[in-house]
Amino acid sequence: MSAEAISENRAKSDFWQGVRLSLPVVVAAAPFGLLFGALAVDNGFSVLEALLMSAMVFGGASQMVGIELFGQHVAPWLIVLSIFAVNFRHVLYSAGIGRRIAHWPPVQQAVGYFLLTDPQFAVAERKAEAGETVGFAWYMGLGLPVYVFWVAESALGAAFGRLIPDTHALGIDFLLPIYFLGLVMGFRKRPLWLPVVIASAAASIIAYKTVGSPWHVSIGAVAGVLLAVILPPRHSGVEGRP
Amino acid sequence: MSTTLWIIIAGAIATYLTRIGGHLVISRFENIHPRVEAGLNAVPAAVLTTLVAPAALGAGPAEWAALIVAGLVSLRGGLMAMFLAGAAVLVLARQFVG
Repeated sequence: MSAEAISENRAKSDFWQGVRLSLPVVVAAAPFGLLFGALAVDNGFSVLEALLMSAMVFGGASQMVGIELFGQHVAPWLIVLSIFAVNFRHVLYSAGIGRRIAHWPPVQQAVGYFLLTDPQFAVAERKAEAGETVGFAWYMGLGLPVYVFWVAESALGAAFGRLIPDTHALGIDFLLPIYFLGLVMGFRKRPLWLPVVIASAAASIIAYKTVGSPWHVSIGAVAGVLLAVILPPRHSGVEGRP
Repeated sequence: MSTTLWIIIAGAIATYLTRIGGHLVISRFENIHPRVEAGLNAVPAAVLTTLVAPAALGAGPAEWAALIVAGLVSLRGGLMAMFLAGAAVLVLARQFVG
């Protein structure tokens, strides 16, 4: 076998390894894709517009906030600002993941950042933490199914949204916090994990009660990150490295 | 073009800027200070926690039960196992406490 064929096979198996890891993400996101589509049409979007928003923004919570405000006839610039505010946490993800994908060609990086969602970041960070290389094929295997299903579910929800049964009894409104708790727990072996979680939880709750949503996410996140910056490096496991 | 379409396009651009912005800022520095690296390592726990804590505080017994069970399962099982366990407890508990 030529070296090229070997590396192609390698990329294929990396891709499918990523696809396997995407399954829980696809399952957890499915109700929200459908729900977004249904809510979008309820708030005056066409089916095509709902699909387009999912395909272009690809950020569940920000899309929900966006259509909610759209339905309330809020000024367009304020809707865009709100989408920006809800998605602001990605700035931190982007700063963190850049270290892991710096070896990719620029175009691949540009595509990679487009797919940078909460689970995409969390799963890729865990791979890097395990000492493995975050490759483009693997990253696409993880991200593409999530993207394709998200867009398809939005369209389905928009077209058939009235068929969705009682979402409260099905627990749909609280599935994401459960899922995100799982992602938080996945990082529990990192240095400073518990202090960071406590600082972020306290700051986000206080900010939620005072400043309000969605800023509590950015404020809480910055509190946790700052704590890790301020504490002496010997606690954070980065001392002695260049 | 309709206002809706403009909102979608502007929202998409704003979102992409958040997804690439952190990298663009950080990559301007040649060396990353250990304290900055410690901060970057704290990003997953710091951000994801804020998506759980306020929701958990504002919830009720059914949601707390689901989070506790999911948290315990995550100590041993994988992400899928903890998610399904939490969802099952949530649906079941809501039949009783609404």
